[in-house]
Amino acid sequence: MPLTPVLTKRFGTDQPWKIENYERLDGYTGLRKALGMTPDELIALVKDSNLRGRGGAGFPAGMKWQFIPQAKEGEPAKPHYVVVNADEGEPGTCRDLPLMMNDPHSMIEGIVIACYAVRAERAFIYIRGEAVHAIRRVTAAVEQARAGGYLGSNILDSGFDCEITIHNGAGAYICGEETALLDSLEGKRGQPRLKPPFPATNGLYDAPTVVNNVGTLASVPYIVLGGADWFKEMGPAGSPGPCMYSLSGRVANPGQYEAPMGSTLRELLELAGGMSRGKELKFWTPGGSSTPMFTTEHLDTPLDFDSAVQAGSMNGTSALMIFDEDDCVVRAVKKWCDFYLHESCGKCTPCREGTYWYVGIYERLEAGGGTEEDIDTLLDLSENILGRSFCAFGDGATSPVSSSIQYFRDEYLAHVEGDGCPFPGARALAGAHR
Amino acid sequence: MTLPTNSDAGRENFRTSVIQLERPGDPSVFGEQTRAEAAEIIARYPIGQSRSALLPLLHLVQSEQGYVTADGIAFCAERLGLTKAQVSAVVTFYTMYKRVPTGEYLVSVCTNTLCGMLGGDEIFAALGEALDLGDNETTADATITLEHAECLAACDYAPIVTVNYEFFDNQTVASARELVAALRDGERPLPSRGAPLCSFKQIERQIAGFHDAETLAPDANSTGVPTEVGVRLAVERGHTAPSYAVERTDRRSAENGAATAPPTAPPTAPPTATPTTSAHDAPLNTSVSDPEHPQDSGGDAKPEPGSAATAGG
Repeated sequence: MPLTPVLTKRFGTDQPWKIENYERLDGYTGLRKALGMTPDELIALVKDSNLRGRGGAGFPAGMKWQFIPQAKEGEPAKPHYVVVNADEGEPGTCRDLPLMMNDPHSMIEGIVIACYAVRAERAFIYIRGEAVHAIRRVTAAVEQARAGGYLGSNILDSGFDCEITIHNGAGAYICGEETALLDSLEGKRGQPRLKPPFPATNGLYDAPTVVNNVGTLASVPYIVLGGADWFKEMGPAGSPGPCMYSLSGRVANPGQYEAPMGSTLRELLELAGGMSRGKELKFWTPGGSSTPMFTTEHLDTPLDFDSAVQAGSMNGTSALMIFDEDDCVVRAVKKWCDFYLHESCGKCTPCREGTYWYVGIYERLEAGGGTEEDIDTLLDLSENILGRSFCAFGDGATSPVSSSIQYFRDEYLAHVEGDGCPFPGARALAGAHR
Repeated sequence: MTLPTNSDAGRENFRTSVIQLERPGDPSVFGEQTRAEAAEIIARYPIGQSRSALLPLLHLVQSEQGYVTADGIAFCAERLGLTKAQVSAVVTFYTMYKRVPTGEYLVSVCTNTLCGMLGGDEIFAALGEALDLGDNETTADATITLEHAECLAACDYAPIVTVNYEFFDNQTVASARELVAALRDGERPLPSRGAPLCSFKQIERQIAGFHDAETLAPDANSTGVPTEVGVRLAVERGHTAPSYAVERTDRRSAENGAATAPPTAPPTAPPTATPTTSAHDAPLNTSVSDPEHPQDSGGDAKPEPGSAATAGG
């Protein structure tokens, strides 16, 4: 399997975040070409490319664009918005930040093309508040793009106007959920909205809104330049294109590996120099903590949106957190549960209360005092959270719990029988941050 | 079955906690310049949508006072025509709004699973011991506030510590101890990635959206080995994405003459699979531009097991 750097191709070049360097490496040529097409041709192109949302859910981007209701001829146009989800925070996910820090213009070019396609004159970039360096790079890039004539009024003499507003968050993982993000952008608590209606008809300020992830939009200029068939040369037809796989944890060379969708962990591990401390692979996530974990059984599972689902998980954010035989799976899941408790927005009872119960039980299992019945309670809780909350957060919280019990029940039992974590050192650090 | 009870120590859901204000708050403690900057923030948003300015406004008042005070809440409420209760509800939802005075340097240690298990838990414990601080506490000299953080989106550089949100990558107990010792000695060590350190108040001002040529730090480092490891390996092995022809219509690029079309590589054979989509992410089919799909079922489907992972991507 070859590496296929597309989104990452400028990483490591001379200050690629500066517009002159970006332009030298084909920057904004996609926008020029796009402005020579009709908006409907662009939507058709992105649909045809089968670009699927890189934020985790994998919804086809072209369909999202097409769902935006357009005024019929002679009717006055109503405001539409493009909102960029740059609130990266899914545990294990570290892909949009390096992209914005190193190559912010590719995202901006994609935003302007998306605005032109869906006939929006205003875009908002919702950047995670803690991501201060990404905020700097994107802020500077927006100013440079405006000065270069790629933003503002009458862009490149096309008659098309587009403005971008940068909106920085304030620390809440749930704002990566698109409707929570919209509420947060409206100055409210970031709690998800009931769907339907979907943002395509009732989004920001109740107007038709496209919400796309950073990587989705950054892919668009290349699709415009290369065409749908070029994009589909990489990866499976149902889930094509290059994918930024982020490898972290017990690997020799962690980092960003951009390879065709459908690559396997075996292939990616070979690229990353294997495991880091001479130990055997034990468990790993294919796309962040909200995707059910995989084990050594899944070394050859193709990692794309469809194959990962068929294997019982999801491609998610293609964030591969890799753990070895010396890592305690109960401790790992406990810490993820701490995260879900901390980040639950509190709107839906099953998620708010369920994550609280999870943590109490995991504390017992790790520190001692857990029972075999606790394992059944965890599964019972998971059943009562899954599918019973407004958004996917609650579902995500159940993923590490149920999948770890599925694959490592014996290790849970060892925690019960040994009256606490059998791994050296783990018990002393359980709950270290409290 | 035995269920955890409310008496279980120290566990609370941050976002459903309440804010205690000792007094009503006085918006007039903020001067003319802050009011002008508040107006500037409000003007970023469409007319009639001033409430969108609340998040940056809260960062602005925090940049003046080091945390969100009763005065800050009263000021935001006054500027936006909201009640103080509405503003307080927003303050308590977001972890970056501090409710007690924060030190000059906010030191955040990632204790989420990946960083935590690669050493973050030990680092947090060691810093707590070295500074004699618990979570979210500040040294008596107001230099350092220590907190544990959830995933900071830099897992390939684990374990991660940030100071005023700038990345200090691949930390160890020893390096993190040195880092806070240097901060206490009045030094400002350079982050691995990000701009040179400033104070907590100054970084909050940047997050409120106020930048200048210096704070934008155009030459500061953005990268490191994990960021570039894939592209470097691709060059080493001669791997490339499939090629396409770039149409040279760009005046400036043409003048620069840099023909950097991606080189060629054999395409991978595409196997086929049935597309699946997440019900959570499925918009309603209402578009007149999609006549083949008039209004229909459009996504009121029940969430399927495992249709998660839309948040935070």
